[in-house]
Amino acid sequence: MPDTRAVEIAVGMFVAAGLAALFLLAMKVSNLSSFTAPQGYVLSAEFQNIGGLKVRAPVTVAGVQVGRVIGISFDNTDYEAVVKMAINPKYDKFPVDTSAAIYTAGLLGDKYVALVPGGAATFLKDGARIKLTQSALILEQVIGQYLFNRAGGRK
Amino acid sequence: MGFIVGWIRFLGRRGLRFFARLGRGHLFLLNLLAALPSLLPRPGLVVRELYSTGVRSMSIIVVSGLFVGMVLGLQGYNTLSRFGAAESLGALVALSLVRELGPVITALLFMGRAGTSLTAEIGLMKATEQLSGMEMMAVDPVKRIMAPRFVAAFLAMPLLAAIFSAVGVLGGYFVGVGLLGVDSGVFWSQMQANVGWRPDIVNGVIKSAVFGIVVAWIAVFEGYDAVPTSEGVSRATTRTVVNGALAVLALDFVLTALMYGAG
Repeated sequence: MPDTRAVEIAVGMFVAAGLAALFLLAMKVSNLSSFTAPQGYVLSAEFQNIGGLKVRAPVTVAGVQVGRVIGISFDNTDYEAVVKMAINPKYDKFPVDTSAAIYTAGLLGDKYVALVPGGAATFLKDGARIKLTQSALILEQVIGQYLFNRAGGRK
Repeated sequence: MGFIVGWIRFLGRRGLRFFARLGRGHLFLLNLLAALPSLLPRPGLVVRELYSTGVRSMSIIVVSGLFVGMVLGLQGYNTLSRFGAAESLGALVALSLVRELGPVITALLFMGRAGTSLTAEIGLMKATEQLSGMEMMAVDPVKRIMAPRFVAAFLAMPLLAAIFSAVGVLGGYFVGVGLLGVDSGVFWSQMQANVGWRPDIVNGVIKSAVFGIVVAWIAVFEGYDAVPTSEGVSRATTRTVVNGALAVLALDFVLTALMYGAG
């Protein structure tokens, strides 16, 4: 067995390599780097149906991500889903008549929230609620409607 | 009639022996844990054992990690491209490695590479009466010999598993992106979108730490419990591999069910 100094150096390098591997897994492989504690101001929106929207789904404007969904709950009085979103404080100029919609990325991709700014002169503040919303598209409903319309049109 | 009684007696003897071993093993684990504080003033002992268990297992871990990752890249690409989902290759490789293959294969390799040598070393010390000699000199062999090896093996496992997974991901990257032409950005972004820190990586580290405890415990105990003859040492080494592999694979199922079973 080599002398103590060489052993200690080798063990030190081994531990460093192990920690470096763990760091690589954390930063490069997992989504830890893109996940910071929900910061920024919070907006909420009520949807009739959120489809498969999940917490931490992206919130986009014009296709650019500006925030994340931080909470999904159910409002027991008006039976709607309440989606809370943390928006990057850099983007603080959304008019009060901004609308929110839930779309799907690609045909089978994940759901995300898209905001479409309106034209009002006052801006949404922390904790504000977006009033204009459009629910997620449920494929079964669309197909059902399509079949229903075809059946009705044939008469 | 006598045959049946003899058979039942055989069963009873086997059962009693099994439970006696199980009990000795757990008492030994308690002794080991009780001896841990005595290591604090002498970390040099653990460092030396870390060298012979951890550092010298690096080569086999790195090489097998690379090959496992490359095989995952090839196999995953073949299957995924059939469904037009070759872009998910990064997620597939990383999830398989971090959740399952990293901890399990590392534990099995580590047991073959380091566990067997621990068993043989301690068993031979017992056979040549070095352990009794230490006791005669009022040196506790559990504190001096077994506890440092146990701690070193336990510490080495999570580090080796992390290295295995990281190297495996790189191997999958080489094959998927370099050889098969999956887009590099898509490979990483799919991986990052689907691998979570808490559910995947931390659970993998927990798994490998648990396997580390089990492998270290079985290896050291089998050496300590060996019949002090050359045949006994060889049997103890075999038992380390067999019992260790069974324990790791069974525990892997239990841990996976606990971690991911609830959905």
